[in-house]
Amino acid sequence: MNTIDLDKSEIRELNSMLHSIDGKSGDTSFLVINPKGKHNIAVGVDAEVDITIDGHAGHYVGGMNKYANITVTGNAGAGLAENIMSGVVRVKGNSSQYTGATGRGGLIVVEGDAAARCGISMKGVDIVVGGNVGHMCAFLGQLGNVVVCGDAGDAFGDSIFELNLFIQGKVKSLGTDCEEKEMDPEKLALLTELLDKAEIKADPKKFKVYGPARTLYNFKIDNAVL
Amino acid sequence: MSYPTAKEQPNVYDEHPELQESATWTRQVIHEIQRAATEGIYSIRGGGAKRKVPHFDDLLFLGSSMSRYPLEGYREKCETDVTLGTRFAKKPLHLDIPITIAGMSFGALSAQAKDALGKGAAAMGTTTTTGDGGMTEEERASSKTLVLQMLPSRYGMNPDDLRKADAIEVVCGQGAKPGGGGMLLGQKISDRVAQMRTLPKGIDQRSACRHPDWTGPDDLEIKIAEIREITDWEKPIYVKVGATRTKYDVQLACKAGADVIVVDGMQGGTAATQDVFMEHVGIPTLPAVRIAVEALQGMGMHRKVQLIVSGGIRNGADVAKCMALGADAVAIGMAALFALGCNSPKYDKEYRKLGSAAGYYDAYHIGQCPAGISTQDPELAKRFDVELGGRRIKNLLKTMVLEAQTLARACGKSHLHNLEPEDLVALTLEAAAMAKVPLAGTDWYPGKGSF
Repeated sequence: MNTIDLDKSEIRELNSMLHSIDGKSGDTSFLVINPKGKHNIAVGVDAEVDITIDGHAGHYVGGMNKYANITVTGNAGAGLAENIMSGVVRVKGNSSQYTGATGRGGLIVVEGDAAARCGISMKGVDIVVGGNVGHMCAFLGQLGNVVVCGDAGDAFGDSIFELNLFIQGKVKSLGTDCEEKEMDPEKLALLTELLDKAEIKADPKKFKVYGPARTLYNFKIDNAVL
Repeated sequence: MSYPTAKEQPNVYDEHPELQESATWTRQVIHEIQRAATEGIYSIRGGGAKRKVPHFDDLLFLGSSMSRYPLEGYREKCETDVTLGTRFAKKPLHLDIPITIAGMSFGALSAQAKDALGKGAAAMGTTTTTGDGGMTEEERASSKTLVLQMLPSRYGMNPDDLRKADAIEVVCGQGAKPGGGGMLLGQKISDRVAQMRTLPKGIDQRSACRHPDWTGPDDLEIKIAEIREITDWEKPIYVKVGATRTKYDVQLACKAGADVIVVDGMQGGTAATQDVFMEHVGIPTLPAVRIAVEALQGMGMHRKVQLIVSGGIRNGADVAKCMALGADAVAIGMAALFALGCNSPKYDKEYRKLGSAAGYYDAYHIGQCPAGISTQDPELAKRFDVELGGRRIKNLLKTMVLEAQTLARACGKSHLHNLEPEDLVALTLEAAAMAKVPLAGTDWYPGKGSF
């Protein structure tokens, strides 16, 4: 186990070390202590390693992550695991705005609440939130799945493309072009699998699922010819 | 419905000399109102603002005579190189010429056209820039030095391409549509484009206009730091803005940690946006250059944070004037497309079949470009000769540089960077005010003391 103390080391040293993992030296576990809300912890990792950040992380922790398994024991700032490619990023506390923004693959788990715009512009990532999400969840999301065990704020699923938005609690209001879909056996199986992978206990049968109404996909031209 | 042609109705004005077109209700305005009444949606097209605005043609150089002496055209050096990214990057970019190819997306353009741009730029030791669709293998292979754009849409964004790029350009906006996102209509969302952009095929794609994971300049500072961390501080990070509140934008971009700032004036082109956006938003490139330079000088960062300007740069005279006003380099977009063959008389018959004509064609959004440039149709794109296109880009760049050097030598300057505002005069009040360059024959521009 490698321990990095961010009271003594700079972010640059940490990331530089993480980027030079070559899979040969055998280091596969890292513990980062005293993060104290610093930004850009463990960004651009491209290795099958386990990284635990003990405390609160700032913005973009796990940004553009590939393969790594990252856990934040406290809260996380904005842009958690933005543009994640693969691997798992887990936050035991709450995460701030734009959680999982533009994420392309892998899994993000927020055991607490995720704030506004969770999953904004997502492109294939799966996001599972144990608590609530704020407004504009999955805004302009293109591909992937979001699971919310708590409630959602305003404009849930606004302007989404081909997403599944599973939610157990209340939706304050639906966003443009978002509508409830039928929870068929295929979707139920997918939800069950997501909750399993996220290691979050919840009864899939209590969830509803939302998706795109697809009325925004093409410009509307009337053709009222004289 | 179209107006009667000259053939159908010859000599309207000879027969009816009393007919006078209204300056307010021109035939174009009437046509547009009737189109709106028919379709119920804004007009979308490609290109840039068509209206006449004060531009570099309104400035002239004061060549040498008795009080200044020139440099010999063929024997005395006039250097053209520029280094971009000296502020923080471990690997700044050394360009042989101060003209780069602006960001134009794969999706807007065919892969073949992107390939040709790369070849031509590489031949002249300069850069090309990806666009709103991400990096293609073709462009990375042919472009020796490639700038990867990071746009609000984040189509195709991934850390591998970030690391393959030579520089990264965070795009806040572009001159054609400052405050607007990209647009790509269904007919150009081919299988490949759809796959790269993670979108269903055939939809009318509208990109976000704001970045998804940062909001203001203080966030941008953290975001730029993230990109630097991911790329181990190797690559210059540019920030691109469409010219609007240029002074504040440049100051804030500088403070946020940009290595290079790109300012794109309202004449800048696009493959598709609303006509209303192009014509009524932004400021011309002419004042934008001067404002951006003043902002950098005010912060003591001129030449330390490099400035690239774009938006209607057409020839070596435009390049030289931008340099004289203090830019480090320029970018060309539309000019590069015209060099590749866009709007060539060669395709006039085909433009007419599309309801246009050579010299007028701007329907890049439709994707039926007969030159094979702004299309995803494989049959049309096949027509485009990549090697020839590369040569033509090289020739255009070479000509622009030679022209700029000619003007610089005439002003006695041994490097394009040595051109200065004192080498310029203005022909009009507007240009004088915008560039803060005196009216020819006077030492006055609006805002300066008294006549």
